[in-house]
Amino acid sequence: MITITEKAAKHVATFLAKRGKGLGLRFGVRTSGCSGMAYKLEFVDVANPEDHVFESHGVKVLVDPKSLPYIDGTELDFVREGLNEGFKFNNPNIKDQCGCGESFNVQ
Amino acid sequence: MALLQISEPGESTAPHEHRLAVGIDLGTTNSLVATVRSGMAVVLSDALGRPLLPSVVSYRGAGVVVGHEAQAQQSVDPKNTIVSVKRFMGRGLRDIAHFESMPYDFVAAEAGAEGMVRLRTSAGVKSPVEISAEILKVLRARAEAALGGPLSGAVITVPAYFDDAQRQATKDAGRLAGLNVLRLLNEPTAAAIAYGLDNGAEGIYAVYDLGGGTFDISILRLSKGIFEVLATGGDSALGGDDFDQRVFCWIIEAAGLAPLSAQDARVLLTRAREAKEFLTSHGEAPITVRLASGEYVDVKLSSTVFAEITKTLVQKTLSATKRALRDAGLGTDEVKGVVMVGGATRMPQIQHAVGELFGQEPLNNLDPDKVVALGAATQANLLAGNRAAGDDWLLLDVIPLSLGLETMGGLTEKLIPRNSTLPIARAQEFTTFKDGQTAMMIHVVQGERELVADCRSLARFELRGIPPMVAGAARIRVSFQVDADGLLSVAAREQTTGVEARVEVKPSYGLSDDEIAGMLKDSFTHASQDAFRRALREAQVEAQRLLEATRSALNEDAALLSAAERALIDDGIIGLEAVLVGDERHAIDEAMAKLNLATADFAARRMNQSVQRALSGRNIAEMES
Repeated sequence: MITITEKAAKHVATFLAKRGKGLGLRFGVRTSGCSGMAYKLEFVDVANPEDHVFESHGVKVLVDPKSLPYIDGTELDFVREGLNEGFKFNNPNIKDQCGCGESFNVQ
Repeated sequence: MALLQISEPGESTAPHEHRLAVGIDLGTTNSLVATVRSGMAVVLSDALGRPLLPSVVSYRGAGVVVGHEAQAQQSVDPKNTIVSVKRFMGRGLRDIAHFESMPYDFVAAEAGAEGMVRLRTSAGVKSPVEISAEILKVLRARAEAALGGPLSGAVITVPAYFDDAQRQATKDAGRLAGLNVLRLLNEPTAAAIAYGLDNGAEGIYAVYDLGGGTFDISILRLSKGIFEVLATGGDSALGGDDFDQRVFCWIIEAAGLAPLSAQDARVLLTRAREAKEFLTSHGEAPITVRLASGEYVDVKLSSTVFAEITKTLVQKTLSATKRALRDAGLGTDEVKGVVMVGGATRMPQIQHAVGELFGQEPLNNLDPDKVVALGAATQANLLAGNRAAGDDWLLLDVIPLSLGLETMGGLTEKLIPRNSTLPIARAQEFTTFKDGQTAMMIHVVQGERELVADCRSLARFELRGIPPMVAGAARIRVSFQVDADGLLSVAAREQTTGVEARVEVKPSYGLSDDEIAGMLKDSFTHASQDAFRRALREAQVEAQRLLEATRSALNEDAALLSAAERALIDDGIIGLEAVLVGDERHAIDEAMAKLNLATADFAARRMNQSVQRALSGRNIAEMES
């Protein structure tokens, strides 16, 4: 189960509207990065039949079955830190992550 | 922890490989920085949420402040507080209008009037490049804080009419600020990109840019992903500030105020600006203020009155717009869309007037203050390699004025014609004019006119070490290369020996806005006169070449001539010399024909003699080998 905060959902909706197309967000992991795994966050134009689809606050989040074990239970949030802003993940599966936060390891 | 942005499908970058790129609108009055986040171009604000950075730099002792803080210093320390430094970029002192009335301590460059002007400040003598770099440094720091990492590159915008000197200065300022300048982009082109006009919308577009202190109108043609600047125009001393001034004067009159103190004038000017901005969304603006003089102002400015008192200003922009259209040879009905740029275009009377002129609603749904920066960010994002599938196009710009070099007689030989798409390289072969000539001066010029004197001089350099040969035998290949930013490098190479000389054009100083705008127009109005002068100069050069050749032949082989023949040739020389300096092209042609006739036998005899010399003393075997 993947959830998305209301604030993040609002931003996603804005981005999608601006982009003019897209079914929602694809959230997943890839094996790369300094701690083994890296998140990927992309717009979705084509859904795959095996995708898990989670919907909250009107935004669809698609996750491929291979990624799900690593990120199940994650909440997507949109935060502002100083001048920077973007998506942050509260992932309960993380054992440790590299300082940059873009890459992580699971338990 | 890093914050993630949404990528296009399949475009997720590996960690630490996000290529952070920004677009920078380095404006006369305000500057902005923008980037593309989650597929959307956004302007980055400072810690206080302010998107605009006033383009003001104030030196305090050896230190420096930029932006709002510097703006506050303007009345306290005008000499060390530089506003509108963009007007000095790539300019010599004599290019700057009314420099004597400015509060700055100008330092003319050493080499006489050539070279960029400098300003003496408390932190030492500073060039406009260094001052602009201070503005860029602040924007860079803002962007790096907002994006959470070092920038991989930036696109900086420049006015379409900026010449090579001004573009080079802008690029230098970017480098000085530690930016990797991916390219410079014309401001109107950036605005057009922000509106997405580059995506398949072919046709003619007008970009109406009314900023704080400057007005620019550009006519662009977009075809096959190439933006061509057909014409530019404007007024470098007309902007939103003039509208404030009109309201200010109206308040004084309406409230019957006595002459104001400097402090009261400042307060009132601020109120005037607020009233102007209020009228954008209201029909009437109340202006109430108690002045230090004790006087109380309480007046109401209606939008009708506001439109009335600023009518001449609006009219001025429309005249410049019509002029630019005329230069481009276009009617208003041929313009497919009008893009509004600059905060002052929010004024309803301007929207209305422009809409009426073009017979269509102008594009204004993007923030006019931000539109140039947004377009630059879009372009920067592409150039940095963050492309979405199908977005593999690259926007091309064109060079605004032809590039060429000076040939004998002060004529321009254009190597790269105006409106060529960038980047471009062209080469052409030239030769020597005199026997035994061992050096050649390469004079690089920019402009549309036929004579060098009417064009702008960009650089001069000398190619030395040409082996002595007869005139016309040396082959010197001159190549011009213009990179994607419109910056030029020139190389000259003698083909037999390979000796080479080159120059990166760091032009000495620029032209005034009016001169640049005028250059294109001049090339049309003077077309027939130029054609005449070119033909005349060509005849003169040809005549000189003939005289040169005849004299050198006489030096060597005068013995081949009878006294009568010699007299005839001398007559011909005198006759040609007499008409050479005049402007009678036909007289020159006739005198040349006469001299040619007089020397025809002489030439034949010399030819025979040299053949005999070459053959004598040789046997058949040698001849055949």
